[in-house]
Order: sequence, then structure tokens, then C-alpha cells
Amino acid sequence: MKSNSSKLYLLAAIMVSLLVSFFQDQINPYYFQIVIYIGINIILATSLNLINGFAGQFSLGHAGFMSIGAYTAAVASSMLHVSSGNPTGFLVLPVALLLGGAVAALAGLLVGIPTLRLKGDYLAITTLGFGEIIRVVIQNLNFLGGPRGFIGIPKLTNFFWVFSVVSIVVFVISNLINSTYGKGFLAVRDDEIAAQAMGINTTKYKVVAFITGAFIAGIAGGLYAHFVSYINPQQFSFIKSIEIVVMVVVGGMGSTAGVIFAAVVLTILPEALRTVAQYRMVIYSLLLVIIMITRPQGLFGKRFNLGRFFSALRKLRVSS
Amino acid sequence: MLHVENLQVKYGAIAALKGISISIERGKIVTLLGTNGAGKTTTLRTISGLVKASGGCVRFEGKDITNHPCHEIVALGIAQSPEGRMIFSNLTVKENLEMGAYLRKDKMEIQKDMDFAFSIFPRLKERLKQPGGTLSGGEQQMLAISRALMTRPRLLMLDEPSLGIAPILVKTIFEKVVEINRELGMTILLVEQNAHLALQIAHFAYVIETGHLAIQGNAADIARNEDVRRAYLGET
Repeated sequence: MKSNSSKLYLLAAIMVSLLVSFFQDQINPYYFQIVIYIGINIILATSLNLINGFAGQFSLGHAGFMSIGAYTAAVASSMLHVSSGNPTGFLVLPVALLLGGAVAALAGLLVGIPTLRLKGDYLAITTLGFGEIIRVVIQNLNFLGGPRGFIGIPKLTNFFWVFSVVSIVVFVISNLINSTYGKGFLAVRDDEIAAQAMGINTTKYKVVAFITGAFIAGIAGGLYAHFVSYINPQQFSFIKSIEIVVMVVVGGMGSTAGVIFAAVVLTILPEALRTVAQYRMVIYSLLLVIIMITRPQGLFGKRFNLGRFFSALRKLRVSS
Repeated sequence: MLHVENLQVKYGAIAALKGISISIERGKIVTLLGTNGAGKTTTLRTISGLVKASGGCVRFEGKDITNHPCHEIVALGIAQSPEGRMIFSNLTVKENLEMGAYLRKDKMEIQKDMDFAFSIFPRLKERLKQPGGTLSGGEQQMLAISRALMTRPRLLMLDEPSLGIAPILVKTIFEKVVEINRELGMTILLVEQNAHLALQIAHFAYVIETGHLAIQGNAADIARNEDVRRAYLGET
């Protein structure tokens, strides 16, 4: 019953995003851009949360997966564009996104298998290195534009696509974590040896978390590429990875609601602080420090989850 | 039921086990005694597949399981409650128990086993919705044992269940171990530093010293053995 009602929420969210996309031209382009970035950052942060928060594997290479998705999707859509001669074809974007996600997932598998024997800091450093390798490789591939970047990507991303993906990703991850299979991620995070002793194939869980996270990051990259229509390797440097990690940590590792909230706040904040001009990044960093000192577990606690939040809401409604 | 033959384990260049042979009969409590660093935990972890053996073999019910992956060994019917309890501290007591039944699909039987765990350790039922990390040491040990039972093993391995627990609770837990052995006919391998208590409840005992098997025999005989009394029971 619970999963039925969450399916209803999912459907409603997709309908609303479709509805809003009809009016997106009337939204102030600056605000619209921020809204789209919020959506993309939610996708990135919730997918990284699956790896860092739920499965407890500290990855610092998320921008690498994002860039693979972005470039693959960009290549795919420009090829489809040329062959079909119809840049606005409804299926061009989803096909490109799925391809981008698939290639990123493949990269996740290739990186995951050798590196997931490592733990904590060591894994963080290796994934960081991996992200940089991807960037340097792309920088040296001429058919992708090298350091000049990839231009002329059709502007296909709209409100509907971004927020449908946001809804689906949040739905899938929340349901995954509340399932018996998904609890395995939490067990691996809490105690790997005990998890093994219970018969959980911990390596498989870590690789699955890595691949799923990479797949979703790849899709986010594809959405990003088709929104800005120009990508270059610098956009996916490790600073971007750090940005995503910060969203996860500030929101609360392992709390989907917290991570979404942090993604929204941390996307708006630098824009809202533009009024204070040169002090912008100082205040932004200071706020991060203050949040971490006062709420080391993140804005939302570890045990906060959306399902429980909704069922609490329902109880409130019933009792009042 | 379980035969370990000439088991050897190396941690890098250091030999932790230099050829250990033990065998466990169905329905018995067998204890593995020894001082710190003798290789008790290593023996247990090699049986369960957490540590890889460099030589020798482990046979369970006639099947060679040496160096099989951990999850396969659990599926075959060997469960362990690891040293230091290692419960999932962010999962609730109920979720911890459910993780124990991770490989099982038989919902009815899982519920039955959970009820059995509650009948043995009623305190767990009171703490059902509480995160495991908020339990006391003794309660965590009860949870770790129950969680291992939830895999419905034929061999239950307990690693130092008395470690860091209030003495009064240690006694309760040992009584419960006997109860599990009696009620379920469960074969138990008990690794302990508290030789005194372990020898009281065990049928058979092995004493290991720095990776070698030193003494073996019926628990009652071992408890009377002069050397053992001097070395492990604190008598001069």
C-alpha cells in the first residue's frame, strides 16, 4: 500500500513537471536556469548519497562520471540530430541520456572493481585521481573538442525532463533503501565484516552502489550538456566533485530528504549572495563551516527518511 | 560435522596459524581456548571465509569449503557472531535481525526464528525499534547471537561472547548458549578467553598456543589438567 501511494506521488510529480514545462518560456531566464541547476544538482547529490551515504564508500570522482555522461549524450544527440534531421525529436534526449548513463555506469564498473577493495581515505584519493584522469583524457581527445570544449549541443533539456528524472531518481533510491535488498547497503556501511558474516556479498553491494551512482550521474551530465549546449572539461574538474560531496555532507550522509534540501540551498545560496559581490564566497564558505560545527551529522539526521516523513504526515492528517 | 585439518594462515610474513586441526561433532559445544594472539579468532574467521587460508583444509558436512567466499559458507549453514559484537549500529534491533535472515526467503520460518530469539532474550523484544548502537554491551551481544541464529545455521560460532560485558550478564549469556544448544540441538563452536566459564558449558575443548594446538580433550578433563589450570585458570 505504501509503495502504491509513493507511485502516486511519482506520477503526480511527473505530471506537474510536464505542466510547468509548458509555461517555462514565461519564467525569467535567470531564475529558470537556477531551477534547472537545482534539479541537476539534486540528481547528482542523491546519486552520490547512494555511494557515500548509504553504502558508506567515500567517492570523490562523481564529476568524472558526470562528464562521461555529458560527453556521451552530447555525441549521441548530435549524431541522432544529423541522421534524423529533426533536432527536437522527442526521443533524441532520452536515448542520449540513457546512452550517457550506460557509458558512465560502465566506467563505474571499471573503476569500482579494482578500487572498492580500498577503504575510506584511500578510496577517496583513488576516485579523485580517476575523475582527473577522465578530465585529462577528454581534454586530449580532438573529436570531443579537446580543451576548447564541445559546441553546438542541441538545447533539448527542459523543465519536464529534469524534474521527471529528479522524481524517478528520488523514487527509485527511496524505495531501494527501504527494501530488504537495500538494507544490505546500510549493513555494509555500518559493519562490513558483520555484513559478510550474515551472508551479504559486500563486494557486489559496493559495485552495485558504484554503478548505479555512476549511471545516474551520467544522466545528470547528459541533462546538463543539453541545457548549456556547450561543455568543456574544466566544468567537470574535481571542484565539481567536491561541490557534490559538500551537498551530501551538509544534507546528512544517508538522508535523501536532507541531501535534496542541501542541493537546493547550496545551489541558490551562491546566487542569492551575489548582492554582496566580492564577499560572496567568503560568506558561503563561512556558512558551510558554521553548519558543520553546529550540525556535524548534516542538516537532517541519518535516520530521517522520506517514507517515514510522509507516513508521519498522514498520521497527522488522520488525527486532526 | 566440521573437520579442520592442518589449517595454516599467514598475515603477510607472519604465520598466525601453523597447522591447526580440530573437529566438531554434531550437537556438541566445543570450545577453543587460548591467550591473546594465540589464533582463536583467526581460526574461526578462516572457517567462515573472512580470512583466507594459506594451507590445510576445512570440511563441513563432508564438503570442502576452504577459502570459499563468506556468503556461500553462510548459505551452507555456518553462522558467526563476530568478536566485539559488530552489530549494525544505525539499524534497529528488528532490522539487525532481518539482516541475519538476509539469505532466506521463508517469511513464516523467519518469524518463527525471531520469536525463538525473543523467547531466549526477551530484552531484545523490548528494544525492537531502537537503533542497535544504543543498546548496552550485553544487549548487543544478545543481538549478535540472535542475528547469527537468524541465518538458521547448523553450526553456530561465537567469538568471545564475554568480551567487555558486565560479569552478571556474562553468566546469563552462557546459560542462554547452553539453552540454544539444548533446545535447537545446535552445534556450537565457542571461542573464549574466559576458560573457566567456557569449560563449564562445553563438551570438548581445544587449547591453542601461538598458532599451535597445545592440548585437546573432554572439557571436564581439561578443567582438571594441571597445565591448563596454571596457565588459564589462574592457579599456581
